[in-house]
Amino acid sequence: MVRDVAVIAFAQMPNVRGETVLNEVEMLMPVIQDARQRAGLDQQQIGFTCSGSTDYLSGQAFSFVSTLDGVGPWPPIQESHVEMDGAWALYEAWVKLQLGDVDTALVYCYGKSAPGPLHEVLSRQLDPYHVAPLWPDAISLAALQARAMLDAGKATEADFAEVVARSRRNALNNPNAQLAWDRHESDLLAEEPLVDPLRKHDCPPITDGASAVILAAGDRARELCDRPSWIRGIDHRIEPMALGLRDLTVSTSTRSAGEKAGVSAGPVDVAELHAPFSPQELILREALGLGDHGNVNPSGGPLAANPVMVAGLTRIGEVAQRIMNGTASRGVAHATSGPCLQQNLVIVLEGDG
Amino acid sequence: MAEIILPPALEGVELVRSVRTPARMEYTYTAGVATTRFLRGLADGRILGERAPGGKVYVPSRGADPQLGVPTTEQVDLPHTGTLVSFCIVNVAFYGQGMEIPYTSGLILLDGSDLPLMHLIQECPVEAVHIGMRVEAVWVDEADLGPTLESIRYFRPNGEPDAPVAQPGAGVTW
Repeated sequence: MVRDVAVIAFAQMPNVRGETVLNEVEMLMPVIQDARQRAGLDQQQIGFTCSGSTDYLSGQAFSFVSTLDGVGPWPPIQESHVEMDGAWALYEAWVKLQLGDVDTALVYCYGKSAPGPLHEVLSRQLDPYHVAPLWPDAISLAALQARAMLDAGKATEADFAEVVARSRRNALNNPNAQLAWDRHESDLLAEEPLVDPLRKHDCPPITDGASAVILAAGDRARELCDRPSWIRGIDHRIEPMALGLRDLTVSTSTRSAGEKAGVSAGPVDVAELHAPFSPQELILREALGLGDHGNVNPSGGPLAANPVMVAGLTRIGEVAQRIMNGTASRGVAHATSGPCLQQNLVIVLEGDG
Repeated sequence: MAEIILPPALEGVELVRSVRTPARMEYTYTAGVATTRFLRGLADGRILGERAPGGKVYVPSRGADPQLGVPTTEQVDLPHTGTLVSFCIVNVAFYGQGMEIPYTSGLILLDGSDLPLMHLIQECPVEAVHIGMRVEAVWVDEADLGPTLESIRYFRPNGEPDAPVAQPGAGVTW
């Protein structure tokens, strides 16, 4: 028996290249306050709080503990943290709400990607014996995946450019986007590769950001929100750490998670996919059965803003927001973690009626 | 260690028993608005705390009241004296320590503040360090002041009688 749980509020800060004035807690506080205000709840009315972030971004051990200062954890609150994107914090909160002892949850995440050498920082998540000592940066690993796509005949560089042009054009309508422009695909293809076959525009921007979601169960959600965005399915799957053990041109874990979450059980009005590099959107479309679906990443997706540890939860928030405001009835959001889409979470959201 | 059986092609090859994979990454730290005020204060020989709407004074402040989850709003010049509320005598050498052992690391509750500050306790034999001891800041020479907690060299006993120290958690209600 699954308990009905809905997203009832979403807030994010405008994504920026580098937040060089505010520290993490100062940056996060207004986002948490915004989310709670939208739900009409104060911290003491929230049953469970869960956050996602990583100390590797800030370069400080246990930095997430001091960020709790911005939540107001007094009198003591029930709280947890995952060293993961906020989408996985949302998963933990959803599980907690299934237990039935609390009815509301705050999920928040933040990431300052800019303070350290991001693409080297990300190499620290790799196999520490055989891969990490080689310091393969995140762009080079994504380029391996892109090359595998081209070699397998599954995509062309023009397909990559189409993803980029569409995403950044969509971002023109997203006030929180960091990078938005309208350029023709032929113009993009004329550029030199950054890490062959990826051009600079095939890669996500480096972004500092934060977002927050409020969840509520059953009648409590109906009480607090005119049109709750119900979680109809949620699942996450992981593949082996060794890049050589899997076919990089497909995402088996996304496919399994999508099947478990029930993506194909109804029409999809909107999809937000956490594909930081343009070839990955093509892989995810195939894994989720979205084909050439016309409404993928209307926010611009991670190519418009990619705050590490945040971009996944923001995908969920972007879909939930469209359901809450009535512009969509049913949607799919996806979050990824690890190199080359190693771990993937899929969630199906739906409005009433 | 378990015996390792090698395929014939690798016989006679020296076994790898361990690997060292050093890692170093450089970060640009953003102190934030409130901590910047605190660090700039130290460069002027001042200890600046931050008062929150609830009345509590935090030093150093990260910009948020950890009880209320709201920004601290007012700066407070704190005296350079306080009470030792906890301490640790360090007897173990570690990489990058830079101190002669044994030495004392203490939590000092500055007068008028609600959050203790961590610093060294010196000019006092380690056996004599005790909770409730009154201490004062010893600063570096004026020419050496900078936006760093190292502008204060250490705290030392100031000779005042001991002050009462509440047990952690005493009087806490919610």
